[in-house]
Amino acid sequence: MTGAVDSTAPRAGTPRARTPHAPTPHTPKAHRARTRLLRWSPLAPATVLLLLFLAGPIGYCVYIAFTDTQLTGQESASFVGLANFRHAFGDPAFLNAVVLTLVFTVISSILGQNTLGLALAGLMRRASRPVRSLTGAMVITAWVLPEIVAGFLLYTFFERRGTLNALLGWLHLPAQNWLFTLPILAVSFANVWRGTAFSMLIYSAALSEIPQEITESAQVDGAGGLRRLWHITLPMIRRSIGTNLMLNTLQTLSVFGLIWAMTRGGPGNRSQTLPVFMYDQAFLKSLIGYGTAVALLLLLVGAVFSVVYLRLMREEV
Amino acid sequence: MPLPRRLPRRLLPQALRQVPSRGRPQRLAADAGLLVAAVAFAVPLVWLVLSSLDAEATLRVRLPKSPTVDNFSAVLTDEITFTPMLNSLLICGGATLLTVVCAALAAYPLSRFRSRFSRPYLLTILFSTCLPITAIMVPVYGLFVQVNLIDTRYGTALFLAAAQLPFAIWLMKNFMDGVPRVLEEAAWTDGASWSQTLLRVILPLMGPGLAVVAIYTFIMMWGNFFVPFMLLLSPEQLPASVSIFNFFGNYGAIAFGELAAFSILYSTPVVLLYILISRRLGGGFALGGAVKG
Repeated sequence: MTGAVDSTAPRAGTPRARTPHAPTPHTPKAHRARTRLLRWSPLAPATVLLLLFLAGPIGYCVYIAFTDTQLTGQESASFVGLANFRHAFGDPAFLNAVVLTLVFTVISSILGQNTLGLALAGLMRRASRPVRSLTGAMVITAWVLPEIVAGFLLYTFFERRGTLNALLGWLHLPAQNWLFTLPILAVSFANVWRGTAFSMLIYSAALSEIPQEITESAQVDGAGGLRRLWHITLPMIRRSIGTNLMLNTLQTLSVFGLIWAMTRGGPGNRSQTLPVFMYDQAFLKSLIGYGTAVALLLLLVGAVFSVVYLRLMREEV
Repeated sequence: MPLPRRLPRRLLPQALRQVPSRGRPQRLAADAGLLVAAVAFAVPLVWLVLSSLDAEATLRVRLPKSPTVDNFSAVLTDEITFTPMLNSLLICGGATLLTVVCAALAAYPLSRFRSRFSRPYLLTILFSTCLPITAIMVPVYGLFVQVNLIDTRYGTALFLAAAQLPFAIWLMKNFMDGVPRVLEEAAWTDGASWSQTLLRVILPLMGPGLAVVAIYTFIMMWGNFFVPFMLLLSPEQLPASVSIFNFFGNYGAIAFGELAAFSILYSTPVVLLYILISRRLGGGFALGGAVKG
């Protein structure tokens, strides 16, 4: 294990050793090198911490994913090549988790948080002040509450004897056992409830930066609300939309506590997204190697999204 | 966009002034739409408050027949509240301190000096802010077992600190970019070392930014369930996020009133801290600006 960490550790020193372009022209070479080293030395604690606890586990993750490590009996672990991945793509439970993760991400992040966040931010610019503050407070409170509390609250809301069915009964609509019949929809809505504030805040900031003259001149030219939204507002905040979609998706990909508190992936495996599946395989079924292979796939998807996000940011950094 | 220290506070009233005076019907429609959303978001919160005061709380929202604080006194014991909250405070407080110190140190050269490698370093940091930490918890568990950090509070704190560090460095660097260099150059000419400059000149000037980084980091850690859930095993070490799950997670004949009361006790610190930074820095503007770079 330490091999993974040790092999990366020396890298911490090398970048500091070569830091050119220091604007100190009249000093001897050795002194200059020492100054550079001193300049970049504050970076050391953070770099060490990141290498040990982030880069180390990622390297270890890559290694374990190609072995048949099990929770009991580490001695028996041996290199199995791509067997874990082959197993995954032939495993109906894994494919089920992939589909559910896609459904969860599309409903809760792209359709839910993103659209609702934009709608709320847009409405807030037109609404009266008390209503705006009240809505903001409610949406943000849902966001600030710890994940596990949000899970419990939404559990009581969707439960068979819970508030949602009480409301439906009051409206003379048929009740449902939501957590049993549509568990993935219930956890998706829970994630919308919990995550919309972030999108709302990003879009509020983005909308307030649109110059008023542009909207007004479009209004004078007779562009209606929908056309202004499509041709002016959306193009002008497209960068915020990209950023927000990336961050929402990345956050949604790693949701565990919310689903665990509400359904534990059940009933059966009908709300088992990839993180829950990974945990289930690695710890409840003791297949660490297989669970880690799934984790590595999740990490790769995350990495792809991160690279896209970096490209979006690159224009601004 | 670098974030000057006072920008958000100035930005907020301006943004509000910009709201055009549209027609009355449009405002009413917007108000109605927002109120519907507010009610929908409020229902679970209303359940939380009402049930915590109800001795016979159920899964539904309902007014307590005779409001009582019995639920709170029932959960205010060492086992349910004090030990887990103290653990949370130790783990998250220690980890926050470590994160903020490391981030402030790292942000300084990244913000002040240019070199061939500072840009790749920053991009790597930005890249790792996005990685799904959930995915590496299985290997982290494996590593922690082998180096005997498993089931220790400081081990958990170290990992939490590392996990929050990329975003903290990024946020801190953006705040530090907003501090003008002039004062610092004066300190340099007076012969101050970099540590003195950072400690005496820059950090005091970016006080609110520092507070935002610390509080945001703390909030994220306080609510984190998966990391302590994986890395801590013995009941007396568990923070509130996991203990609440162990006490109330096994649904059945559970006391919903006590669950609600404990949830309120556990959530109050982060809600208060959030209000603190949102008042100081105009809500999500700081965060939105930081996220946009």
